[in-house]
Amino acid sequence: MNMRNNWVYSIVSFLSLSIFVLSCQSNEELEYARYYVNGKTAYETHCQNCHGAKGEGLGLLYPPLTDTSYIAKNKNKLASIIKYGISGELIINGQTYNGEMPAETHLSPIEITYIINYIGNSFGNNIGYYTQEQLQHDLNSAQN
Amino acid sequence: MLISFLALSACQPSNEKLPILGSREPVTKVVNGENVTDTIYHSIPDFNFLNQDSLPITEKTFENSIYVADFFFTSCPSICPIMHRNLLNVYKKYKDNPEVMFLSHSIDTKYDTPSVLKSYAEKLGISSNQWQFASGTKETIYGISPAYMVFTEENDQAAGGFEHQGWFILVDKDKHIRGAYNGTDEKEVDKLMKDMDILLSEYEK
Repeated sequence: MNMRNNWVYSIVSFLSLSIFVLSCQSNEELEYARYYVNGKTAYETHCQNCHGAKGEGLGLLYPPLTDTSYIAKNKNKLASIIKYGISGELIINGQTYNGEMPAETHLSPIEITYIINYIGNSFGNNIGYYTQEQLQHDLNSAQN
Repeated sequence: MLISFLALSACQPSNEKLPILGSREPVTKVVNGENVTDTIYHSIPDFNFLNQDSLPITEKTFENSIYVADFFFTSCPSICPIMHRNLLNVYKKYKDNPEVMFLSHSIDTKYDTPSVLKSYAEKLGISSNQWQFASGTKETIYGISPAYMVFTEENDQAAGGFEHQGWFILVDKDKHIRGAYNGTDEKEVDKLMKDMDILLSEYEK
């Protein structure tokens, strides 16, 4: 083996590695795109009445979903909020909300995953791809 | 040129008038020895409810105003938030106009007490009495909804326990119904606002 072969080897292995990585990434992107689109439909059915088509909420009755720092900070709590509901004081966009969000226990894990991908990456939010594994993990830790 | 001018001016809604909806019956009376036939139009009957400040409201509260009426309940998970998101826009447009009022009847006569309605109104952003939130008994609230041509019913099968339609009903100063609009449809709500302007212009002198 001379130097030249070494070079060829490393270039070939680098290329194949990057193809592998890229294809993984595009699979993930595809999955994310699918979750996001399904999330939009599920959002329209289960969330939009109160939270609005633009996530704008309604007065102090229903909080908006546009508080990007709240969504980012509570990324791991979104699953349990959707599934089990939430009540008590919430400060969203500097406003105090004190209502009650009903539990959506009828939603399946995959539907909740869709919705989190949609809300988490719409209305100015940018939490990125949220996987089913993350959802399971977040729901398990919410129960403990 | 003349024809196109005529065609254009024919499209102007300057003399547009809203219809009077509902049943009507001719009534013949004898006036000065002659038979005079008059039409009696459907109108909203007298009522007596409590508003969000626990004060009585009656048909007289709306005496010199046109008003938009609807039926809802505060814990409604389905169409009410959409209706009131839309009605809030109408309210904002006519805010402080003494000729325009709003009347939302709660069909959850057990839970939606005046204090619950007060808190709901405040959270919606309504501070004045221009938008009245009515609570009453089951008999009075469900009794008046057919007069507004709105279907309401207690129903365990419906989301939240009550079944109701999402109409916004436009009522004139004589308590006649002048329009009905799907409160969940933004386009129909835009039409409501146009019709309110037309109705208000009827009262201009």
